[in-house]
Amino acid sequence: MSITGPGTKLSGREFDVATVRADFPILSRKINDHPLVYLDNAATTQKPRQVIDAISNYYEQTNSNVHRGVHTLSIEATDAYEVARAKVAKFINAPRPETVIWTRNTSESLNLVAATWADKNVGEGDNIVITAMEHHSNIVPWQQLAARKHAELRYLAAGKDGLLDMANIESTIDSRTKIVSATHISNVLGTVNPVAELANRAHEVGAVILIDAAQSVPHMAVDVQAIDADFLCFSAHKMLGPTGIGVLYGKYDLLDEMPPFMFGGDMILEVTYEDAKWNELPYKFEAGTPNIADAIATGVAVDYLTDLEMDNVWEHEQQLTAYALDRLTALNGITIFGPEDPALRGGVISFVHDKIHPHDLGTALDQQGIAIRTGHHCAMPLIRSYDVVAAARASFYVYNTKTEIDALVSGINDTERYFVR
Amino acid sequence: MMGNTSGSGSLGELDDLYEAIILDHYRNPRNTDPVDSPDIDLEVNNPFCGDEFQIQMKVENDAVTAVGITGRGCAISQASASLLAELVEGKKSGEVRASVSSFRRLLQGEELSEEERDVLGDIEALGGVRKFPIRIKCALLSWVGLDDALKEHLAK
Repeated sequence: MSITGPGTKLSGREFDVATVRADFPILSRKINDHPLVYLDNAATTQKPRQVIDAISNYYEQTNSNVHRGVHTLSIEATDAYEVARAKVAKFINAPRPETVIWTRNTSESLNLVAATWADKNVGEGDNIVITAMEHHSNIVPWQQLAARKHAELRYLAAGKDGLLDMANIESTIDSRTKIVSATHISNVLGTVNPVAELANRAHEVGAVILIDAAQSVPHMAVDVQAIDADFLCFSAHKMLGPTGIGVLYGKYDLLDEMPPFMFGGDMILEVTYEDAKWNELPYKFEAGTPNIADAIATGVAVDYLTDLEMDNVWEHEQQLTAYALDRLTALNGITIFGPEDPALRGGVISFVHDKIHPHDLGTALDQQGIAIRTGHHCAMPLIRSYDVVAAARASFYVYNTKTEIDALVSGINDTERYFVR
Repeated sequence: MMGNTSGSGSLGELDDLYEAIILDHYRNPRNTDPVDSPDIDLEVNNPFCGDEFQIQMKVENDAVTAVGITGRGCAISQASASLLAELVEGKKSGEVRASVSSFRRLLQGEELSEEERDVLGDIEALGGVRKFPIRIKCALLSWVGLDDALKEHLAK
């Protein structure tokens, strides 16, 4: 398995965090008179100057519609749009660029597969398997599909240790399973799931596997061919890119046989008054004028991460996560969810304080310039399974430092003194 | 203003949100005993933060004769529920509904009359929530639930 994970060696060219931070204009902002400590990266990441500039440069120099005009600007815009697609394909080791479909975000990618491939292939009595640690966006489309098709929605359970219970994999994923849809890294627990193993089991029973890589592709080297993923999706905004654009990767033959998701311009080859022929991949899935500027900026975000090297990004976050787990564990009254071993998790730490509600903590930390996420993290069933109603979450990225984790810990201490006397 | 910041000066404008009276009601919520054979018994929740409260009331001769509110939530929602419970006990239903209306207006930043301010009393401390718009729904949670339930009960 060539997915970067526990035990990956550094490439020997660790990046300098101070240099990275200088590329992010927002990091010099003050929030409530304190320097911004941004620890909400699992929700969305900040953008480097290079990505911001790519968007304005596009509108200042290249703006035009793609795949239509014969004029210079249209040709340049089309080129840049397709170059960005090729960069993304290379980034995840997709075999060919046309297996990368631009969508709006991970949610749309998941919905696309549910509404096309799964709608065509899941029938009465079949089952769909997801895990107990999915984001709502990888639960609700399957609930809807299961109801529509009279199919069964099954869950692979997760233990209190935050790990998937793989002992039941063979009974859960069986001969009536048509699709397995699983998160690569949990946005709540940080757990890195054994997706290659899940893919293997899915393929044994003739099912396909869809991987929600929203929390993995931004943080580790992901190789869609090594995992043998049939579908894999992620969002640009969680990896230094702009909002409003995401990716669906799919195996060529699967995508080729799938019905279109939406109908309109660009996705057709020929239209008569009676009928239409679908365009070739990837355009069959990209109806209407696409999000050209943000696709191009996504290519620049990919360049930025490629330059840092994903193995270094992962290693940086591993160090931050191990340090944060150490410091948070040492505090009284804090319960941390997910695997105890930092090597089994990404840079996402959800926790509760036994005397401070997450929203009070979030408000108090914000007064000190520290941004964390509080609430159910779009994973209500999972949060409830831990018998809490909400949790606080700190999540890290390339520009975060141990000093910022110290600020978080000291902020929690101050908040405790404030509320619990 | 009653400050709470001893030893935590970096907490900025937090005192505007969590005045001493709010922290007091959060730590020692009032009227949490269940009500015997309540006329109104409902659960309110905010799925966004998971806060949930059970509100029970006895309504006799158009007056709230007993009230009990229990649940879990953030300091704002808990203190607000406790202050609400204290306020409504013994009040005529019309007075309760008028108070809820005053409270909504307080959180919307509207000017209250002298009379309204007298009725709300300590509750005016929750007006600081205005500066933290995302937390307004925490303060309103039990109030909106109670008001809707009372309205429904009166229509029966």
